[in-house]
Amino acid sequence: MVAFVSENFVPVRVHVREQADEFKRLGERYGAQWTPTILLINPAGEERYRIEGFLPTEDFLAQLSLGLAHDAFAKSNFAEAERRFADIVERYPDTEAAAEALYWAGVARYKATDDPSALAETARQFKKRYQKSSWAKKASVWDRDEGSAATARQ
Amino acid sequence: MAGEKGAISWSYKLEAALEQARSSKKWVLLDFTAAPM
Repeated sequence: MVAFVSENFVPVRVHVREQADEFKRLGERYGAQWTPTILLINPAGEERYRIEGFLPTEDFLAQLSLGLAHDAFAKSNFAEAERRFADIVERYPDTEAAAEALYWAGVARYKATDDPSALAETARQFKKRYQKSSWAKKASVWDRDEGSAATARQ
Repeated sequence: MAGEKGAISWSYKLEAALEQARSSKKWVLLDFTAAPM
């Protein structure tokens, strides 16, 4: 975890009691009402992703990776986003983030290729894994035919 | 933050960290915590 954090982030800690003034200032700025609250902030100071509550290491790393992947998607870097989402599924398959990543990997591939079969294939993958997740339900609409997939793009 | 808390080299000033993030093309990971320091 240390290597991943060091490679991607400048880590900043604000303690609710020992840095009470700083916690008040930054807590109000970013709407942090609970600890732990972990924010991924871009160099402009804008919050791009939020993790609230304790997570075991694997889940935590998966969530951090999810934040980076969603940012690539938001910037329309769909190939990079797909790679990052797929990497989460591969590296952290037993985390809750994996199902979300599988869903968004399919969306990113579709956005990159404009090929609805990317969504249908994702729906088929959800029949094999993460079947009980909300992401499987969301992807189920893509499993009918390409017409349904086209509807999903709206 | 989860796991290996002592191993990360934390900063404690956001503005300085943002400056460092800009120069190093990284993001800031801001951890609001109540854990022992």
